[in-house]
Amino acid sequence: MVNADASDSIGDRLAQVARNGAPGLLALLFVLLTLAPYNFPGSAQLMPPLALMAVFHWGVYRPDLLPAPLAFVLGLLQDILSGGPLGMWAAMFFLVLVVMTYQRRFFLGKKFVVEWLGFALVTPVVFFAIWLIGSFYVGAFVDPGALVVQAVVTAAFYPVMSWLMSAVRRLVGGI
Amino acid sequence: MQRFAFVLLIGSAFALMLLGRFDNVAVERVRLGIVDAFTPIMDVVSRPVSAVNAVVRDIREVVDLRTELARVKEENERLLQWQTVARRLEAENSGFRSLLTAKTETSSFLIAARVVADAGGPFVRTVLLNAGRRDGVSKGQAVVNADGMVGRVAEVGERSGRILLLSDLNSRVPVVNERSGQRGVLAGDNSEWPLLVFLPNQAQVQPGDPIVTSGHGGLLPPGLPIGIVASIGEGGVRVQPLVNWHRLEFVRVVRYDLPRLESGANGER
Repeated sequence: MVNADASDSIGDRLAQVARNGAPGLLALLFVLLTLAPYNFPGSAQLMPPLALMAVFHWGVYRPDLLPAPLAFVLGLLQDILSGGPLGMWAAMFFLVLVVMTYQRRFFLGKKFVVEWLGFALVTPVVFFAIWLIGSFYVGAFVDPGALVVQAVVTAAFYPVMSWLMSAVRRLVGGI
Repeated sequence: MQRFAFVLLIGSAFALMLLGRFDNVAVERVRLGIVDAFTPIMDVVSRPVSAVNAVVRDIREVVDLRTELARVKEENERLLQWQTVARRLEAENSGFRSLLTAKTETSSFLIAARVVADAGGPFVRTVLLNAGRRDGVSKGQAVVNADGMVGRVAEVGERSGRILLLSDLNSRVPVVNERSGQRGVLAGDNSEWPLLVFLPNQAQVQPGDPIVTSGHGGLLPPGLPIGIVASIGEGGVRVQPLVNWHRLEFVRVVRYDLPRLESGANGER
């Protein structure tokens, strides 16, 4: 794909850099959009962590473009900007990406439903861990009700975000 | 090598969880710096979001324009009457004050700010503002909107400020029951309606009682409207805030200085 002969103009190279950076930038945008103030009832409690979907998706299709340390940094940024427990999303994004990188063969070439099911299985595990970490942070077991709803919303949102990221992936090239 | 990196990152995540739990000064400083750097970006990202919010609100308003107009007309009439009363009282007051040669009790002014990030989740209730130290915001100040008190400033960066909402688990605000004059503390528990605790006598509270800040401790101005007593039960006394948690967009930080603090103790600005 990369053809580094002299005829490559700077413009081409820049385009290549932009394409390679697209997944990371998109995931960063997802972090920021997750935290933006949406003025509808319960929005702050139900807003799905969009970057989790990015981590899952790129972990399956292009882990080379979203390396695990970057996932860690994005998670840390989400922790810092949200004012919540530090290291919580950092650990989650990182672990999900690592796990997906090892399990990606299982998903490649399968129907979308399989990918969605995979995400729907990962989500409750992540939210259970979030609940444990957050409860430790608060110092008491938090009512898990809101988290259960948030997990359901997160799984339900995946197809839309996956479709969006697939479109970007086609632009990037590769599988 | 890869295994080393894995262990390192997971280890640092858990180290951060522990450090964050026990308020480490160095960690706090780094965190504030990063929040500060990202606040302008959040400001930009949140603008299209609030534009969409505004459109939704506009549509809703157009739908009940007629009833709204009638309500506003009636309210305006009532307020004009109050204005006359207020003018008269103000004149009277300043007369009395000059008789007593009393110093004006306090000075406070408002710093306008926009909410740029809303971090809900089950663990914290905070929002991020696009105003910070350089705008005169400092830790502990009250934050209000048109409806009533929203929360207090918990952290300040150079151009960002984090508000601990009244509903947050760690929020404690000294309040007074305006009807009975009883003092108490409004304590958040991450639900929408905070609890009224440390009341000397719970029997004196009635549903509908207005709750305002007491000004106890000197950090907050007294008399800021907070909410009304919503329910009294075995779980305690719950207060329904006047603020609509889903409609926090523009807020104002109340810079409030007691006269005795102005001269020496208050070093900032």
